[in-house]
Amino acid sequence: MSAIGEKLLGTLTGIAGEENTSVNAPDIARYVVDGLAPQVVVRPGSAEEIAEIFRLCAADKLAVIPAGSGTKLRMGGPPTRYDVALVLTRMARVHAYDAGDLTLSVGPGARLADLATLLEKQRQFLPLAVPFAAKATIGGTVASGIDSPLRQGYGTTRDFLLGAEFVTGTATIAKSGGRVVKNVAGYDLHKLFIGSLGTLGVLTRLNFKTFPLPESSRMFLVSFAGASGALDLVERIVRSPIEPSSLDILSPSLAQLFGGRAPSTDPGLAPIDSWLPSPEWVVAAGFGGGSAALQQRVADEMARMAAEAKASGTVLLDDKKRPAFWGQLREAVPLLLDASPGATILRIGVLPKCMGEIFTAAQSSAERHGLPLAILARAAGAIYAAFLPEKVDEDTLGRLALAANEMSEAAAAAPGFSSILYCPAQLKGKTTVWGRERADLGLMRKVKQVFDPEGILSPGRFVGGI
Amino acid sequence: MTQRRINPEAIQELERIVGREQVLTDPTELRLYEYDGSVETGRPDCVVFPANKGEVVAIARWANRHGVPMVGRGAGTGLSGGALAREGGVQVVFSRMNHILAIDYENRRAVVEPGVVNMDLSRAVAHAGLHYAPDPSSQKACTIGGNVAENAGGPHTLRYGVTTNHVVALEVVLPDGELVRIGGAAPDPTGYDLVGLFVGSEGTLGLVVEATVKLTRLPETVKTLLAVFETADDATETVAALTAGGITPAACEMMDGWTIRIVESWIHAGLPTDAGALLLIEVDGAREAAEEQAAAMTEICGRNRAREVRVARDEREREALWKGRKNAFGALGRVAPDSYVQDGVIPRTRLPEALRRIGEIGRKHGFEVGNVFHAGDGNLHPMLCFDSREPGQFERVIETAREIITLCIEMGGTITGEHGVGMEKDRLMPLLFSEADLTLMRCVREAFNPLGLLNPGKVLPSGKGCGEIRVLSTMSQAGRAESGGTAGRSSGKSQP
Repeated sequence: MSAIGEKLLGTLTGIAGEENTSVNAPDIARYVVDGLAPQVVVRPGSAEEIAEIFRLCAADKLAVIPAGSGTKLRMGGPPTRYDVALVLTRMARVHAYDAGDLTLSVGPGARLADLATLLEKQRQFLPLAVPFAAKATIGGTVASGIDSPLRQGYGTTRDFLLGAEFVTGTATIAKSGGRVVKNVAGYDLHKLFIGSLGTLGVLTRLNFKTFPLPESSRMFLVSFAGASGALDLVERIVRSPIEPSSLDILSPSLAQLFGGRAPSTDPGLAPIDSWLPSPEWVVAAGFGGGSAALQQRVADEMARMAAEAKASGTVLLDDKKRPAFWGQLREAVPLLLDASPGATILRIGVLPKCMGEIFTAAQSSAERHGLPLAILARAAGAIYAAFLPEKVDEDTLGRLALAANEMSEAAAAAPGFSSILYCPAQLKGKTTVWGRERADLGLMRKVKQVFDPEGILSPGRFVGGI
Repeated sequence: MTQRRINPEAIQELERIVGREQVLTDPTELRLYEYDGSVETGRPDCVVFPANKGEVVAIARWANRHGVPMVGRGAGTGLSGGALAREGGVQVVFSRMNHILAIDYENRRAVVEPGVVNMDLSRAVAHAGLHYAPDPSSQKACTIGGNVAENAGGPHTLRYGVTTNHVVALEVVLPDGELVRIGGAAPDPTGYDLVGLFVGSEGTLGLVVEATVKLTRLPETVKTLLAVFETADDATETVAALTAGGITPAACEMMDGWTIRIVESWIHAGLPTDAGALLLIEVDGAREAAEEQAAAMTEICGRNRAREVRVARDEREREALWKGRKNAFGALGRVAPDSYVQDGVIPRTRLPEALRRIGEIGRKHGFEVGNVFHAGDGNLHPMLCFDSREPGQFERVIETAREIITLCIEMGGTITGEHGVGMEKDRLMPLLFSEADLTLMRCVREAFNPLGLLNPGKVLPSGKGCGEIRVLSTMSQAGRAESGGTAGRSSGKSQP
């Protein structure tokens, strides 16, 4: 270990305790980001400890990358520097859960799976059906900005994160928002943290609105020979009086993956090929709760609209099959990562009517560059386009870079946004992770300058090299 | 408050930007712009009516050159003084920028100028089965620009969310005249959520010159219920039971008995004048969903001792039920020369206790408190009626308000749910936020509004400048002291 590493270890041990500070090889290896290893791994127990660590890092110009369970460390641009892995798993406390008011306040290290268990006892939940659900922490989920199929019915994190406490790069412990469901006092600084990849600070406490758990759930799978039929059905559903809680489109290749095997992140999930119409485009429409009359209405409307959109088949998943499919849908990202050593997953946001263009662009890029492709698209206009090469070599990386660039241009033209969610680390030197540069990047730099003037937090991982 | 005088040459320059008839400097005309819907006042030195974003850019540059404070203003319906010229300067009134620029029915988006009246947007898209969901009570007059600045709420935000949940992109003019687009019409823009920061920043970070908003499908069926209770406690306990039971209506409004009697004497909406309280509950969605929820609501109201639950049979009856609610503040305004509506939020489980204690606080100071509010999300609007001509009354009202807000904070709530901090509550912010929280917010303001020319004296109480805190909180001194010095100097200007 380097001299600076020795000194750092000593100081961090002083702050967080010996048992929470580590330089051993397996620990270090766990928190490598894009090939860069930290010198020290530290697991702080409080916001105050984090502030002390940041003060130290700011003084010595050391770079910190926060982590939860480490499931999303591959996201973002390659860090330019990395000294301290700040692991927040010890800060998993439930600070307050007011089931009667439907509000929850938790530490960043709380696992989503544990929160789900806690909330389920009160017949409530957080509408975050996000990938890596068994391990993922709430802090990482928010900081990564990852979305979930439930956004159709419940919105995204910014719609139900009520407030937060955080430690900024200036070692300031601050908060914004509150714990009640409505609040306009002060600036909503916590919203800046959603999807910020640990570049502004570390969330140390998150306040959420919780939701009543629907008494029952149903999932319709409607299949189509082509993408246009699937898009047509989604549009019809969105305009109809019925309100799905999730509404996704699966490309035939993704539907096939769902049938192939369980994702490594949830090996218990049953394969679902025998009842998934395949190889066709599939619209998956999920509905929660409702009286018998409402359920009948939903079934009638779905049947009518599927016929109008000229579907080739409809399956209503029963209570045994639905959880398996739901698990696959939630774990679609890790499933895609399992499917290829060079899986390059783009996250694209376009207006709903432009989704078809993006599908076409992705298909032509895939064909042009000889890359297998799978697509998952949410009705809101969020598209995951995954290129799945069989191997990773220089030639493949070159083709992936071209395909990623083409997608970035297609998204910008839609108009919309594009970024690489996951890809091999080697690809990051060959293309930009964050798509086309934004007009408001200057303002984002100003925000960064306020929160982290010394640039100690996840340098290089964010938009424009922030 | 020191009023800045703007020299005649500067006024002529301004007139060259927008045309002479679009600039007001006559003191009698300026008086009209001294007020909004709050109890505060602040007189501008001049008022300007830009016609387009180019003119707003030019006005901002002009204000910069002359060191003149700027305040954006829509319809002036705000309830916290957000649009008032607290430190004088120029008021930029967006009433001419009131065009709906584009409606994208397929993608359910609208692009509007800031002066578009909230309800006009909903009316314009109603034929396509859509609406703009945030519905502040002033929606017939208030503008989208003002809604964005204040992050406005409304009765139906219980189900549909407040303004911030419906704004996806903004074009803003920064205080130095830079025109920037933030966010995007498409979902999930890359980068920091600047739209989330701007919405609700009360016009202190930039002037909104264009907003892209989501349009929401109109529900197939709406059911409106009026539940009548003998006591306020029964009504508030019903709300707590609804919330805990996991039933979220589209709206859940409460009116206490004292208010019912005043409103009925004016509006004649057929409200039960002998009741202790009423709840106005609305459920919507697919026909079957609305019917199911209406039945559940009726059942819970009954279990909590509602003596009657009326269900509106048609649109006319529905409008009659809402008429009392929507005109309640107007009616209350008639019982005394002045009125002051509060805006606190508490956890919904504590509604019964909160209303009892607010009544006690009012009585202690000699005021009857009227309560008409968004019960479903715990957003209280205690109304204090008073006579400012009577010596000492205004001061007592302010003290009463402060005690009510302090109570909300003690209960785990907040000082404003939808009206904003403005110049009404900046001094209360330290009750809710630490000095570190406030300093960070000041730093963010300084990053966008470095000279403090935009809406000075609002939201954040005066305190440490950003430069000072950076030097204190980071250990490296060298590079920071210089930039800190610049920020520190400018912050002095923005603080009264």
